[in-house]
Amino acid sequence: MDTITEKEEAIIDEFSIYDDWMDKYEYIIELGKDLPLIDDDQKTEDKLIKGCQSRVWLSAEKRDGKMKYTADSDAIITKGIIALLIRVLNNEKPEDIAKAELRFIKAIGLQEHLSPTRSNGLVSMVKQMKMNALKQVS
Amino acid sequence: MNINEIRAQFPTLHREVNGKPLVYFDNGATSQKPQSVIDRITQYYTDENANIHRGVHTLSQEATSNYESARKTIQDYIGASSEVEIIFTKGTTDSINLVAHSFGELMQAGDEVVISAMEHHSNIVPWQMLCEKRDCKLKILPMNEQGELLLDELDQLLTDRTKLVAVTHISNSLGTINDVDEIIRKAHNVGAKVLIDGAQSVQHLDVDVGKLDCDFYAFSGHKLFGPTGVGILYGKRELLEQMPPYQGGGDMIKEVTLEKTTYNTLPHKFEAGTPNIAGGIGLGAAFEFLSKLDMSALVEHEQDLLDYATEQLEKIDGLKIYGTAKTKTSVVSFLIEGTHPYDVGTLLDKLGIAVRTGHHCTQPVMQFYNIPGTIRASFAFYNTREEIDRMIAALDRIIPMLKD
Repeated sequence: MDTITEKEEAIIDEFSIYDDWMDKYEYIIELGKDLPLIDDDQKTEDKLIKGCQSRVWLSAEKRDGKMKYTADSDAIITKGIIALLIRVLNNEKPEDIAKAELRFIKAIGLQEHLSPTRSNGLVSMVKQMKMNALKQVS
Repeated sequence: MNINEIRAQFPTLHREVNGKPLVYFDNGATSQKPQSVIDRITQYYTDENANIHRGVHTLSQEATSNYESARKTIQDYIGASSEVEIIFTKGTTDSINLVAHSFGELMQAGDEVVISAMEHHSNIVPWQMLCEKRDCKLKILPMNEQGELLLDELDQLLTDRTKLVAVTHISNSLGTINDVDEIIRKAHNVGAKVLIDGAQSVQHLDVDVGKLDCDFYAFSGHKLFGPTGVGILYGKRELLEQMPPYQGGGDMIKEVTLEKTTYNTLPHKFEAGTPNIAGGIGLGAAFEFLSKLDMSALVEHEQDLLDYATEQLEKIDGLKIYGTAKTKTSVVSFLIEGTHPYDVGTLLDKLGIAVRTGHHCTQPVMQFYNIPGTIRASFAFYNTREEIDRMIAALDRIIPMLKD
């Protein structure tokens, strides 16, 4: 099984073929569209992370010592980035998630979406994913 | 009038964003600055910097004189009868808070304030705070589906307890130009005072506070080609005289003993502490820039941009414009079926086009239409039809990417 770092490297590699912004976003949008991550009736208030610009729903649980995440957003670009985050962090041990640096976001040029001023719910989501993992570290 | 000559004076308009020439359609949030304003601020810090008022040395006297002459320029431009009616503030929000605090001190429990359903949060929250603190009542003048205020309903809302009507001149999220003359007339009939939120107006309309006969007029410098962090509260002299100070500190006092303080005269009574001197002087330069332009021709140009953008946007399948009032300024708020504003805004940015997405600090307006937010393109007189064409072409490219 790939480690978090290896999964990040794979994503950086996939994105390296795009030199045009629009192509890059086309790919992210496809990732977002391909993942109907949470059923609408599961999008409850307790899972909602409110951003000013877009909303994000996140649920997390631990099974067999690994974290399992599902998440969703009303904005498709946000959703595509969520798909990448989930791909990297899903099925990993809580302690590994808690210390993950997630440098792939910057490496593929999407750090602007994780800026606190962007207010799209993603910063809070990453924080929440790590908090969920931390709670499971014992 | 040559728009390219005007554009040439705005350096930011000539940069690239994400490898594309910038199309700046976020003027409702803030405008770009002409070189003359930038140079004026640089010159102040380079040659003239000193604290103002009370300094006996030459530099301080020069800075004071430049700052006060900016006040005079602004007074002349907006048609106030005296420079003491021009209070420098941090911006529109600060101006409104000043009135809510100091005029609020003159209000009694049971008094009423009327605002409209299309106000910016800055013209809602200070009144909610005031009404809570002083046990006053906040009433809302409703609007219709087009985003026009229902002025007939104002008659029912106004009572002998109405102390203030606070409404926006132009809606920042819908572009509606409100009939403030009528609102002022009706309010005055019951003896209420009127505050006009002019944050979106002075840059788009010929505003004359004397002719309007409003009691307060609030606006920001940065939306009308001046610097950030400085704005104006115009107030009628007799009212300002009656109102207690807003903040205490230096500059606003006449005499201080440890027991008692007497306050300075207008306008300084409301200007505690060292003000934003460079900002005030920069704002004066922005008004000098504006006064050299043919505003009526520019208003016509902005109307052309609005009409052209509306016509082109309406051709896009599934696109709906919010705010279709009969009198509108150059703001178009819209949504495209099957897409999220955040996604559209992000992709437009990648194509060099700056628009604003979200609720535009008017959540009640979004609640009225039951939408999470809009995409807002807001034009200034330095924008062109060619730029609108670029936005339309960008949307034509983006929409198929986002839709299933």
